[in-house]
Amino acid sequence: MSGLEFILDGERAVAPAGSTLIRALSANGVETPTLCYLEHTSAPNVCRVCVVEVEGSRPLVPACSRLLEEGMVVSSDSSRVRHARKLVFEMLASSVDLSLVSEETGAWMREYDVDPGRFGPTLRTDGPAASMRPGHHERPDGLSFASVAQPPLIQDDLYVRDYAKCILCYQCVNACGPEAQNTFAISVAGRGFEARISTEFEIGLPDSACVYCGNCIAVCPTGALIPRTEFDLRASGGWAADRQSVTRTVCPYCGVGCNLELTVQDGAIVRVDSPLDHDVTSGNLCIKGRFGFSHVGAQPRSEPA
Amino acid sequence: MWLGIDVGSDIALANAVGREIIAAGLTNDEFIRSATTGFDQYQESVEPWTLERGEAVTGVPAEGIRELAHAYAKAGTAQLCWTLGITEHHNGSDNVFALINLALLTGHVGRYGSGLVPIRGQNNVQGGGDMGALPNKLPGFQDVENDELRSKFELAWGSPLPAKNGWNISQMFDAMEQGDLRSLYVIGENPAQSEAQAERVRDLLRGLDSLIVQDLYLTKTAELADVVLPAAASWAEADGTVTSSERRVQRVRKAVEAPEGARADTDILSAVASRLGTDLGEPSAEEIWNELRKLSPMHAGMSYARLEAEGGLQWPCRSEDDPGDLFLHGRLWANPPEGPLAPFVPVEHVAPVDELTEEYPIRLTTGRHLESYNTGVQTGQMSSPKRLGGTIDLDPHDVRNLGVEAGEVVRVISRRGAVEAPVRVDRNLRPGLAFMAFHFPEEVDVNVLTIDAWDPRSGTAEFKASAIRVEKIGA
Repeated sequence: MSGLEFILDGERAVAPAGSTLIRALSANGVETPTLCYLEHTSAPNVCRVCVVEVEGSRPLVPACSRLLEEGMVVSSDSSRVRHARKLVFEMLASSVDLSLVSEETGAWMREYDVDPGRFGPTLRTDGPAASMRPGHHERPDGLSFASVAQPPLIQDDLYVRDYAKCILCYQCVNACGPEAQNTFAISVAGRGFEARISTEFEIGLPDSACVYCGNCIAVCPTGALIPRTEFDLRASGGWAADRQSVTRTVCPYCGVGCNLELTVQDGAIVRVDSPLDHDVTSGNLCIKGRFGFSHVGAQPRSEPA
Repeated sequence: MWLGIDVGSDIALANAVGREIIAAGLTNDEFIRSATTGFDQYQESVEPWTLERGEAVTGVPAEGIRELAHAYAKAGTAQLCWTLGITEHHNGSDNVFALINLALLTGHVGRYGSGLVPIRGQNNVQGGGDMGALPNKLPGFQDVENDELRSKFELAWGSPLPAKNGWNISQMFDAMEQGDLRSLYVIGENPAQSEAQAERVRDLLRGLDSLIVQDLYLTKTAELADVVLPAAASWAEADGTVTSSERRVQRVRKAVEAPEGARADTDILSAVASRLGTDLGEPSAEEIWNELRKLSPMHAGMSYARLEAEGGLQWPCRSEDDPGDLFLHGRLWANPPEGPLAPFVPVEHVAPVDELTEEYPIRLTTGRHLESYNTGVQTGQMSSPKRLGGTIDLDPHDVRNLGVEAGEVVRVISRRGAVEAPVRVDRNLRPGLAFMAFHFPEEVDVNVLTIDAWDPRSGTAEFKASAIRVEKIGA
């Protein structure tokens, strides 16, 4: 792979041919905010948080998907870029609950001084989305931002779909489908602002084609898809990141050798993930690996259930 | 392509595929010539297995067998992957030989992307074998009956070792029946529910002079025990390693405390040794591993530091600068091949032991559901929205013929016993084929039905092929 020369924020820079801009920038020490982008999955290319300015291009370009070209002149921190990122964050945060985005994303939002209420009252929690089916349209009242606020879907003991936090990035749909699981239990239903992630005919998850691998949880950037253990702890105020540790181990079930990252709080496993960059399963697990951990820990045990 | 093969006809299918590959001139002649032996006998043995005969015995349409043979032989790379559907038969080893023959015919072995892949059903069943938990092997697959290898271990451990191979599990139960085996120490296994012909197994376990069970839970086997040693879960409550299907050794790490009184397996074994008068000290998992590395050449290069840094290593890994092997048997492609040539092993189709008759007309095969694991000791604790529970799964035609409905509890009878179970209709089955999962022995004790006819080479019972009849209750 040969290197391509380009200008990054006024300096000469080099990155391998075939790099996306986000990787080319990272290779030169410049990080880029993202929401829908993950390094180890195909870029959905929808959130527009990662935009940069490229000389000769009228619109800003998404760094996650645009390939680097020889001689490109890229600005990652121009006032136009900063303004666009701030605005994208504000528009998203005005209609979607972004309280569970990653720490990195939170830091970027502070960096850009994001104020979701800048254009009016924010996030009506009793908004029409609460009762609307996917695709169902209702005329806005014009007094507040429309929002996707709606009650979380709690249909089983394993995980919760809290679509008030969904930015429709499609990572979950891709993970359920061609990127990982090939189950195709969920897809986008409806159009425009009424679009939602949904099972077929909006049936409950236990009755859907879902196999509860939770590989959608692994790629959700906003905490809209969340293990029940974490959801319940957060709801009761018991989730305490400062009392948590993460331990890498191997799944106790079949012979594939999936790596697990056990998040432990107060002596109990509260969440199971798998490292996205591990070459055994690239972060993917099955229902047993992701949710079958309640048989260990310090609670007394005698008989199997 | 999905081939709806009749249970227990794997050798017939493989032999028909082999014959078609030869007849169509799709063999890898250079590989056969340079790397294998016994091709002529093999060719002779599969000659009678025309596509038509294959269809008659396997239930797979002749055209499907032909298509499979051509697709496999012509593929640039191809793998034969199997699980217990191949091995849990009275002739499971022969089933495997039948598949190996196909790989030798086509050269689909010992190359990147091609191979023979027995997929392991437990996170460390490979590691158990690696560590010598086999009746004829010491750690690193070194033969018990090889005096030189055995004396290496005797020297390191300062103790004589039995010079003869031990018993596999099926032989152990036979030995219990003969009174030759009177004490049993069971670690992390639930044979009272997991073994075929469960009533016999439980009777034999009850009849032992002493039964010691070391487990996370008070399983049905532990309930029969004289002594129960509560153990920590090795994947989350203790440190160590496991080996996956692809021979990759990876670290497991302690993340949470075990319940009070439960101890790591290694602690328990050391403590038992000390009560028996041998001081093994209190070695850490890494110290035990490093002892293994000295005694097992195939693990010698796998330091904890490397396992950590490299995300696991695949054996053989003979030295600290050995990257480990991505696949085995590459030696067969050297010119000339290194080591012994690979033999074709002709094998003949033999139907399952438990015959289908008018009295027992339905073939029962047992297996797993995605959301559950083995006898449910661990997954039974998970509140699973996808749990089907213990059922007998039948084809819609069979359900109609029995005059029963979905969910109706029926009696399932084999030559060994009977259980009651609700009917689940499954369109993926065919008339005459039934399925039961073995995850829910408390609800439906499936292994009361299964047959313990076992393969003499592997010691594995024929869980996959029982003959049953299903009766409507109160009819």
